Amino acid sequence: MPVSAFLFPVMGGTDSPTIMCAVLIKFFLRKVRHMSTATSLQNTKPTGFKKVLHDIWASRWLQLLILPGLIYFIIFKYIPIYGVQIAFKDYKIRDGITGSAWVGFKHFKTFFTGPYAFKLIRNTLLLNFYNLIFGFPLPILFALLLNEVKSVFFKKFVQTVSYLPHFISLAAVIGMLSMFVAPSTGIVNKIINFFGGESIAFLTEPGWFRTLYVISGIWTGLGWGAIIYIAALSAVDQGLYEAAAIDGANRFHLMFHISLPSIMGTVVVMFILRVGSMMSVGSEKVLLMYNELTYETSDVISTFVYRRGLQNNDYSFSTAVEMFNSIVNIIFLWVANSLSRKFTESSLW
Amino acid sequence: MIADKSVSSKVMDIIVYATMIIVLVVTLYPVLYVISSSLSSANANDRGLVTIFPVEFNIDAYKGIFHMPTLTRAFKNSVIITAGGTAINMLFTTTYAYALSRKRLALRGIYTIIAMIPMYFSGGLIPSFLLISQTLHLYNSWWALILPGAINTSNMIIMRSFFVSLPAELEESAYLDGANDFVIFFKIMLPLSQAVMMTVGLYYLVGHWNSWFSAMVYLNEDEKMPLQYMLRQIVLLSASLDQAAYDGEIVTDSSLYFTNYVAVKYATLVFSMAPMMMIYPFIQRFFVKGVMIGSVKG
Repeated sequence: MPVSAFLFPVMGGTDSPTIMCAVLIKFFLRKVRHMSTATSLQNTKPTGFKKVLHDIWASRWLQLLILPGLIYFIIFKYIPIYGVQIAFKDYKIRDGITGSAWVGFKHFKTFFTGPYAFKLIRNTLLLNFYNLIFGFPLPILFALLLNEVKSVFFKKFVQTVSYLPHFISLAAVIGMLSMFVAPSTGIVNKIINFFGGESIAFLTEPGWFRTLYVISGIWTGLGWGAIIYIAALSAVDQGLYEAAAIDGANRFHLMFHISLPSIMGTVVVMFILRVGSMMSVGSEKVLLMYNELTYETSDVISTFVYRRGLQNNDYSFSTAVEMFNSIVNIIFLWVANSLSRKFTESSLW
Repeated sequence: MIADKSVSSKVMDIIVYATMIIVLVVTLYPVLYVISSSLSSANANDRGLVTIFPVEFNIDAYKGIFHMPTLTRAFKNSVIITAGGTAINMLFTTTYAYALSRKRLALRGIYTIIAMIPMYFSGGLIPSFLLISQTLHLYNSWWALILPGAINTSNMIIMRSFFVSLPAELEESAYLDGANDFVIFFKIMLPLSQAVMMTVGLYYLVGHWNSWFSAMVYLNEDEKMPLQYMLRQIVLLSASLDQAAYDGEIVTDSSLYFTNYVAVKYATLVFSMAPMMMIYPFIQRFFVKGVMIGSVKG
């Protein structure tokens, strides 16, 4: 899985499949089988459970080293998983998790029969869909063209500048955006006025939200997203280009018939991941960009969960919605990967 | 190459270089515009006269920022949170990654799974919030910003890959000399890992510096807020730099700073982007390296 480990820093590791768990569970089960296979000739060597204890003692310093991280995972990652059960309860703070009453699927029913579900799901899907159509091809195109730059210095320079926006904080990026599209003082509206048009209040018009979301995503993500394609392109055998050139190919041919196919494997895997996270839109960027006037197009599942959960203190209900979202995400990714494995040679697992 | 001499090759060159120029301009112009506007007068900003360079140059906006405690305090907070947070990140991540890299570690498979599962299944926003505020009583504390993210599993994997790649002879000869794992780790392995520690450390560092959401969720005093959160307040929510200014408690000449509120907002943006942009040329190579290490691992 050459690409998957790269993706975790890029994607934040939150919208990927359970397959690695399956692989690791397989690995672990194999170990356990080894541990319980005892050789009867060597009854001086501890076996089975005793062997485990012996190995722990033998690696006791390592056990000590791993302890802080272990405690961290248990407290901050696994205890909240235990807390997820409040999606099926009517959680009240004074009763705690265990003391709150079970209500089964009540919150899920409320969500799906309520006025929000359709809009939220639609908005989540559409934001990702537009991001996919407009945002996915551009880094690929950029990488292909960058690959054609002859001057090493210029190539490095452009590349370095291109992923600068990735490191500017999202708050600053959206801050800049809001200043640029401000109704009276923003540069975009000044340009519109200059050409005789009327100022548009971009951030309070629901119709403009998706456009602004995608454009800001392209600005921040173009360079960073292209890194992996640029790396893949640099691994292509130069001899292929020379051979094709001798056969009369021009540079357009070279780009579309050698460069592009060479990175198709990477492209497909990245595509699967994007499709697999169709139902996942992070709340941070939307929270920065939206306001009540644009809820119609901007409110997504994660922002709804945040508002209802932490602003209205509707703990159980929002946990239920979030759980629904997580499960759908996992299913999406599983399906995307299966389809890819069926129809192409590349897949995540 | 034979293909280079033809017309189509020249066309390709034009397309390529035009695209590169566009990318450079589109990436850099917004930043330039922000800086220029922050250094322009109220008149210039309100009438939209700024194009590339400052118009009617003045630094009142910056005087305003440094005169009021809000942003400088938030900057200090961010420095502390980032420094402390990254230190904790490195402590937890390097120890876990190193131990996981040793084949001798008993229960190694379990520990790996324990680190992997949270990447896919998580309790979610509310259960985490309840844990941190109700159970651990860390609400309104910087610990709530630092501890929940102590180990990022993908960063940990990057480190583990590196540790695995270190030669086994190092460990063996150290054992023969009587060292235990702790000594080996701190005195031999860590000093050799500076490159990967820089890379992972920078990932964590940038993450802390740029974060605002955790602060919004877990803190409720302005004095404790980090820089990016205050940026959001001032630029996106048009909060004032200092509420007291509107209460009339500040010396009168400070009102000058607020007549040019557009410039103040732009100056706030510059103030929060500047640190990252200044160190960017030196650190960007580490990020790309990190990406490569992570992807080659597979």
